[in-house]
Amino acid sequence: MEEQRTKLYGLIAEFENAETLLDASRRAQEAGFVEIQAYTPFPIDGLSEFVNVRRKNWVPVIVLIGGIFGGLTGFLMQWYAAGVSYPINVGGRPLFSWPSFIPITFELTVLGGALFGAFGMLILNGLPRLFHPVFTMPQFRSATNDRFFLCVQSTDEKFDPLETRKFLEDLEPVEVAAVFES
Amino acid sequence: MRTETSYNLPDVRRWRNVSIVVGIVALLACLAGLVSMPVQFFRSYLLAFVFWTGLTVGCLGVLMMQYVTGGRWGKILQRPLEAASLTLPLLAVLFAPVLLGLPLLYIWADPAAVAADPRLQAKHIYLNIPFFVARQLVYFAVLIIFAWLLTSWAAKWKTIEDPRYQWRLEHLSGAGMFVTAVILSLAMIDWVMTLEPHWYSTIYAAVFIAGEMLAGFAFSIAAVLLLSPRFAESIDPKRFRDLGNLLLTFVMLWAYCAFSQFLLIWSGNLREEITWYLPRTVGAWGIIALALVVFHFFVPFFLLLSRDLKENRKALLLLVLFLLLMRFVDICWLIKPAFAPSVVNWMDFAATVGVGGLWLALFLWIYERNDQRKY
Repeated sequence: MEEQRTKLYGLIAEFENAETLLDASRRAQEAGFVEIQAYTPFPIDGLSEFVNVRRKNWVPVIVLIGGIFGGLTGFLMQWYAAGVSYPINVGGRPLFSWPSFIPITFELTVLGGALFGAFGMLILNGLPRLFHPVFTMPQFRSATNDRFFLCVQSTDEKFDPLETRKFLEDLEPVEVAAVFES
Repeated sequence: MRTETSYNLPDVRRWRNVSIVVGIVALLACLAGLVSMPVQFFRSYLLAFVFWTGLTVGCLGVLMMQYVTGGRWGKILQRPLEAASLTLPLLAVLFAPVLLGLPLLYIWADPAAVAADPRLQAKHIYLNIPFFVARQLVYFAVLIIFAWLLTSWAAKWKTIEDPRYQWRLEHLSGAGMFVTAVILSLAMIDWVMTLEPHWYSTIYAAVFIAGEMLAGFAFSIAAVLLLSPRFAESIDPKRFRDLGNLLLTFVMLWAYCAFSQFLLIWSGNLREEITWYLPRTVGAWGIIALALVVFHFFVPFFLLLSRDLKENRKALLLLVLFLLLMRFVDICWLIKPAFAPSVVNWMDFAATVGVGGLWLALFLWIYERNDQRKY
């Protein structure tokens, strides 16, 4: 079977209207699920209180690391080039002329932060894969039309393939399906 | 007593009384200093005057920026910004002692020094006492008119809700930002840069403008958090994040301008340019210069990156008070090494507390009186 090769991304429940989805989201939160995501054809008032609340965003940390990495690279590169590899006397100034290194250090800090931020975001989005796992579910296309979906991700601490499926089925969905990473 | 419409702490009035008493006592102490050490008195007084006036003009600039950009953050700060801008007439009066001390403060105002120095003679057409006094009158008159128009039109806009006043406020602020920047530049050149009249730097005024906008932001944030805690409590923390981001911008702008000046002069290494940095980078002033790099830039920079800190009112309050302290240290570093014995004197603090006490009392009085208007 194809499913055996791939990792479970989560379980997704399909609902017919916004009220049942909102109710289901509330009960999922009350049941202690954190890594839950909702997909709806239009914005639903109050939904953001229940889904995706405590999700850790790693992009700021990645940008900080990229900035520090870029800045250090810029500074050390200039120190090595002008002071060690090819020492050159510029108007009698010391070889280690740190004030003149600052502008490049600043530029590379910005460059490092921006590149790490942009590519880090893409990798966190799962870049080698060109589409989101939920699109493997054929019915999911109606999320842009007239269906409402609630996905509990397998990364959730409370996630259990059987228990969670039973929980979702109790929420009166049209259908509960497994979503696989592929 | 607390009323339904008032967001004030009940003891704003007491703070006002305390600050006016403390201010008068400190100024009387300075007056005793004036008799025994007149030169030191004027030097200390100039320091105090520049600190408080710079902060006030910074508040006026932020008020104008708020009308031009129209962000929601501006509504939070409007009340302290308006109250601070309206204190300008007091500062114009408090400028009088500086005028009396001109010949003691500035060598270009000393006829004997000018007669012996051909370079000062060449600058005499700009740096002479009558023209200096005339310039100060223009600076204060223009700034006071701007502050008065901005606050009275804003009051009318609030009461009669005539959209024409919004249009007027936005356009006056657009022109006003340009005019205020020019005036603040010329004023800081007059008050501070001409203490060393042989030296000049074209980015000097920009360092001051960035620093004073930062001071205006820091002061008005502190005022809202301290004087209107219930109002601050009612505001979405995201708006405080906006204010923190703007603080971060001005911390960076200040560092950018200050470092640009240093980098160009350091690279050029010309005898007439480096004279300004030499006393400011050795000994105790050198340590203070390093402290400014760390505490006026790096520490607030890294702290203000944190979203949690910006949305935490208590942490933000501590940070803006710290930034105001750093503004004072920066102004000490800019002014004091220009004088021959550049040691810190008790009158530096007494004059700062004295001018600040009177200024703060007026600020609190206007702030409280404006309570009737809905913000």
